[in-house]
Amino acid sequence: MKKAMALTYATDLERVKMLPLDERSRYLRGLIFRAIEKGGRGHIGPALSIVEIIRVLYDDILRQRPAEPKWPGRDRFILSKGHGCLALYAVLADKGYFPAQELDRFCHFDGILGGHPEVIVPGVEACTGALGHGLPVGVGMALAARIQGRDSRIVVLMGDGEINEGSVWEAAACADKHRLTNLIAIIDYNKMQSAGSVYEIQNMEPLADKWASFGFQVSECNGHDVDELRAALGAAVRQPAKRARLVICHTVKGKGIPSAENNPSWHHKSDLSEEVRQAIRGASG
Amino acid sequence: MRKRSLAMVYELAKRDRRVVFIGSDLSPGTLPELKRQCPERYFMEGIAEANIIGMAAGMAMEGLLPYVNTIATFITRRCYEQVAIDLCLHDLPVRLIGNGGGYVYAPLGPTHQAIEDIAIMRALPNMTVTAVCDADEIARLMDASLDWPHPIYIRLAKGGDPIISRAERGFAIGKAIDMIDGERDRSEVLLIATGVATTQALQAAERLAAEGVRCRLLHLHTIKPLDHRAVLDAASATNLVVTVEEHSVIGGLGSALTEALVDEGLVGLPRVKRLGIPDKFANHYGSQSALMAHWGLDAAGIVRAVHDARGGLRS
Repeated sequence: MKKAMALTYATDLERVKMLPLDERSRYLRGLIFRAIEKGGRGHIGPALSIVEIIRVLYDDILRQRPAEPKWPGRDRFILSKGHGCLALYAVLADKGYFPAQELDRFCHFDGILGGHPEVIVPGVEACTGALGHGLPVGVGMALAARIQGRDSRIVVLMGDGEINEGSVWEAAACADKHRLTNLIAIIDYNKMQSAGSVYEIQNMEPLADKWASFGFQVSECNGHDVDELRAALGAAVRQPAKRARLVICHTVKGKGIPSAENNPSWHHKSDLSEEVRQAIRGASG
Repeated sequence: MRKRSLAMVYELAKRDRRVVFIGSDLSPGTLPELKRQCPERYFMEGIAEANIIGMAAGMAMEGLLPYVNTIATFITRRCYEQVAIDLCLHDLPVRLIGNGGGYVYAPLGPTHQAIEDIAIMRALPNMTVTAVCDADEIARLMDASLDWPHPIYIRLAKGGDPIISRAERGFAIGKAIDMIDGERDRSEVLLIATGVATTQALQAAERLAAEGVRCRLLHLHTIKPLDHRAVLDAASATNLVVTVEEHSVIGGLGSALTEALVDEGLVGLPRVKRLGIPDKFANHYGSQSALMAHWGLDAAGIVRAVHDARGGLRS
């Protein structure tokens, strides 16, 4: 884990990009590719940047019971960047929230797994897809846990483009006002939004300083390095805090498919060309 | 009406530990008893409607019953997507209490005039839309709201409005109320009104009765779900239906009624006259009553409209 101001984004991005993926990360990507191929579409780049974040959350951080998705004592996870849902579906299927065969019906007429997650999917806490909704809902859940005397932790994963939305900052101010120490926000900082580089479309730098000035305790990590993620997210949920926490995860959009990495044309594919299919198969192999 | 609705929030909070109050930068001293006695369930938040709707949704997902209050335009227009997605898509029992429905804030101009709130709330699946006629009725609605499993939009009027509702007529969300005794089967004209427009319609009915024109008045405190049975039965027994609302003619009570009539395919549809605010932002200030009169939504305007429509029927 690095200090906020120690990063230089160009070098960090290179380091993040070069990181090899381990077997479990490749397996989870395989589940995503399966859904994309069967569904014939999907937000590919935004899912591939958050695989390790969600993997580590469900493997090591969140207190959950897959056989009892509504267990009241669970930690809540909201995928606020709902378009990254394929990564969540892959992990939920792997954990047994629903049969992996559901992935084969991604975006099908009678499937439960749509292009944005909904609460009909076991394990999905909130319907997301319209951006800027997750953090306000997370604030409400964190306050509810306090009112009801539960020690549930509320984790909200947002995109770096998503945080352009004003509602995110309304919620950030509110989280600080209420000193929501049970709220952990995460930003998938892949430096790309739909139209291109976040630095060109809507630069939110200095990102860590912005959140710190809103009262959050900020840390940063390599969002594809499983050990760094375990350390950063583990510290965020376990170490005593006086404020809400934010973990900025430096990631690569499209991580795992070489031609998709940092390529805005891979943000969403609604028609899989042979070239795209081959790139996916190449990555699967 | 607003005072009474907030007093009821306090009563409900005492009765039920799920009840939470969320205000958005309201007047100082709002609900002091709740703040003092249940500070953990009292939230006076900033001017951030998107956040408070999401926050209410998050609380409701955990089993709480949030009552959210701010100015009607802000709780509908400003955070429409949050209302649609966070509340309606999840079908959560959050109550949106909108101050100043219609022209209550006449002197403050169009930014504060909720003239399309019913239309936009009505268009959302799972949303219940209400506009009661007086302070006594708001107490009945608030009482009923405790066990209603869906989001509710509660349109408030100015306050100090004449009390015309009566306990003995009963109250249930989604049920129309006959406001004039003895007119159920004998009336020539059917008036259907909502909110404080019902008060104007009642006065109009009294004046028309004095002239020998018998009117039945159905008060729809709930615009959605519409009491289809009541309005269709009543409409099928008359030649003239006049709807009255302090709301745009697009998408409100009149629209709901005509949609129901057309969808039902009534044979020999009655003539329907919809009285409401034309498709315009107000270009006057003054008072709520002045603006209502300007568009013919006061008792005198309703009487005129009934006369005109009856003339049209005869010619």
